[in-house]
Amino acid sequence: MRLTVETSAARLVGRVSRAAGCGGGTTLPGKLLWKVDPAAVDALAARLPSGVALVSATNGKTTTSAMIARILGPRYRLAWNNSGANLASGIASTLLSTPSADLGLLEVDEFALPEVMRRVQPRVVALGNLFRDQLDRYGELEHIAERWREAVSGLSPTSTLVVNADDPLVADLAEGRARALRYGLDDPRLARSGLQHAADSKYCVRCGGPYSYAAAYVGHLGDYRCPACGHSRPPLDVAARSIDLEALDASAFDLVTPAGTARVRLPLPGLYNVYNALAATATALALDASLDEIVAGLGSFTAAFGRFERIKAGDQQILMLLIKNPAGANEAVRTLEEGGVPETLLIALNDRIADGRDVSWIWDVDFEPLLREARRIIVSGERAAELALRFTYAGFSPSQLEVIPGLREALDRGLDLTPVGGELGVLPTYTAMLDLRAIAVSRGLVRPFWEETA
Amino acid sequence: MKIRVAHLYPDYLNIYADRGNIAVFERRATLRGHELEITSLAPGERLEPSAFDLIYIGGGQDREQTLIAPDLAARGEAICKAVDGGTALLAVCGGYQLLGRGYRGRDGSTMPGAGLFPHETIAGDKRLIGDVLLEVDLDGLVTTVAGFENHAGRTLLDAGAAPLGRVVAGHGNDGTSGYEGCRVGTAIGTYLHGPLLPRNPVLADWLLGQALAHAGGSDELEPLPDELERLAHAVSAGRARSRGGR
Repeated sequence: MRLTVETSAARLVGRVSRAAGCGGGTTLPGKLLWKVDPAAVDALAARLPSGVALVSATNGKTTTSAMIARILGPRYRLAWNNSGANLASGIASTLLSTPSADLGLLEVDEFALPEVMRRVQPRVVALGNLFRDQLDRYGELEHIAERWREAVSGLSPTSTLVVNADDPLVADLAEGRARALRYGLDDPRLARSGLQHAADSKYCVRCGGPYSYAAAYVGHLGDYRCPACGHSRPPLDVAARSIDLEALDASAFDLVTPAGTARVRLPLPGLYNVYNALAATATALALDASLDEIVAGLGSFTAAFGRFERIKAGDQQILMLLIKNPAGANEAVRTLEEGGVPETLLIALNDRIADGRDVSWIWDVDFEPLLREARRIIVSGERAAELALRFTYAGFSPSQLEVIPGLREALDRGLDLTPVGGELGVLPTYTAMLDLRAIAVSRGLVRPFWEETA
Repeated sequence: MKIRVAHLYPDYLNIYADRGNIAVFERRATLRGHELEITSLAPGERLEPSAFDLIYIGGGQDREQTLIAPDLAARGEAICKAVDGGTALLAVCGGYQLLGRGYRGRDGSTMPGAGLFPHETIAGDKRLIGDVLLEVDLDGLVTTVAGFENHAGRTLLDAGAAPLGRVVAGHGNDGTSGYEGCRVGTAIGTYLHGPLLPRNPVLADWLLGQALAHAGGSDELEPLPDELERLAHAVSAGRARSRGGR
């Protein structure tokens, strides 16, 4: 009885907040419900006939969830938090607004995961990676891993745990578990020459000795082995082999699964998106999808908003890549390197809670390839000056650098400097991305994200 | 002039953008016609600290700090001797803690330190996180220092020990004393990262000056324009004033 009353009240708030135009209205009703009756989330999840799948990671949870939605969309009616509202309140909102869904598909904030797992009793949990990210908010990797370990130990033995075998801390969470799917890359041709500066879990989870890598693919993700105690990457259940990266357009690879092997062409750039595709594949398999459905879903995928997006602006184009932590930003840099670095770049750094208040992470990003190639860089956002220092201390000439804290002015200047038919590269942090996108919406260049479907 | 720099455990202690501090030393020295020669030290490697003009040690996550702590503690005497002889030293966050007498965990375990700084660190319940602004007096050179802190340890200075500065906004060493960091001669320890030096060029130049003096040169450094540095400092100081801890 209580559930009904609270939920209609909360649903009303959502309608009001959208009607009032304060942006998406994505978490307000959930916040209300979460406050009034947090246990209602348990009941809302329990009424989903096909259960709930959760996706968490430092990087890639939004894209991975969107891929799963693409694969499973024809099979299930989804309760999916595609706006990225991934805290408990956002999840409550999603469950509230989709009363007739069959399956819950929820990306979950790393810190919120234990409580969400306890409440929704998921059928599948997919854990992607742990990178250093917003240490002011999340604390150290080990602490997150410890919280995850506790949460996983309470997971029902009939539920499937999907883990990235290439991340030592994450892979270890599935140690000894019967119902687990481990995914990873299996193509040493694409390994980086060495670990990057910001590589995190490079010491053995068992004995503390340094891992040696047969192949390091993204940050500390790769095929690792500890020479001291022999601890190594577990065998892969789901793998990508013979990977071809097609610059900014796509990646093609052999998708190896327990259900067979198939060639996939994923219309997204970057090795990190191959990881996301593997996580989506393993999760979809655990939810009874066929290999054909998976190949079709991945092949027709389009990027989650702002992660990698091309926006037409008259006779120019904006290429937007979200940066939010060293590992993610390094991959954005690598993507631009492979596709050709635009002559003019706009890089925007905010320091609100969702961006992380501590901006020191920009010094851990290997921006250097961009600095070598770009002709002009505009730094913007509330902490534009910090970016300016990052680049000038790396040797980038101050005469090629402009400091324009206002995003609107910075975008205008960037487009002024971009030739007709050319492309402006934009790398914003999370709230700068939302603001830049709002500017693009106000100019009629893109639709607001809550009207989009994947 | 050549400035010899020892960077301690860069593979382990690098969590808060420590390489930014090294980049600042390097560029500000180069712009004045000096050259930085950086030696990275891994656990177990031989090192004679007094053969260096400047020693840098950054911060790591708990696990990495635990891995290098015994190695650092064993070098305590040599590091103290080097600082006695005028070698400049900057220790940030974890490095600052481990150069004290030791770290006491919440489970009662103790990790011995190198004993350079007269302090002891005790694990606290709540992490002290946020923007910080300090007022610093370096032998008559009065300036402000702006940065970001994120530490569970409460560092308690011995009576009579010299802090790096007075906390204008933020938590500081222990959240209650009103002081931050520690200074022993040419050595500075602090919780402030961000990283520390890009937006605090006065502090960077003071350390470079000490290092140059040890190398046998003059500690005078010609001024640089530092417009971006001042802008970043002002924004960071404003953040501390509006939302620093305490």
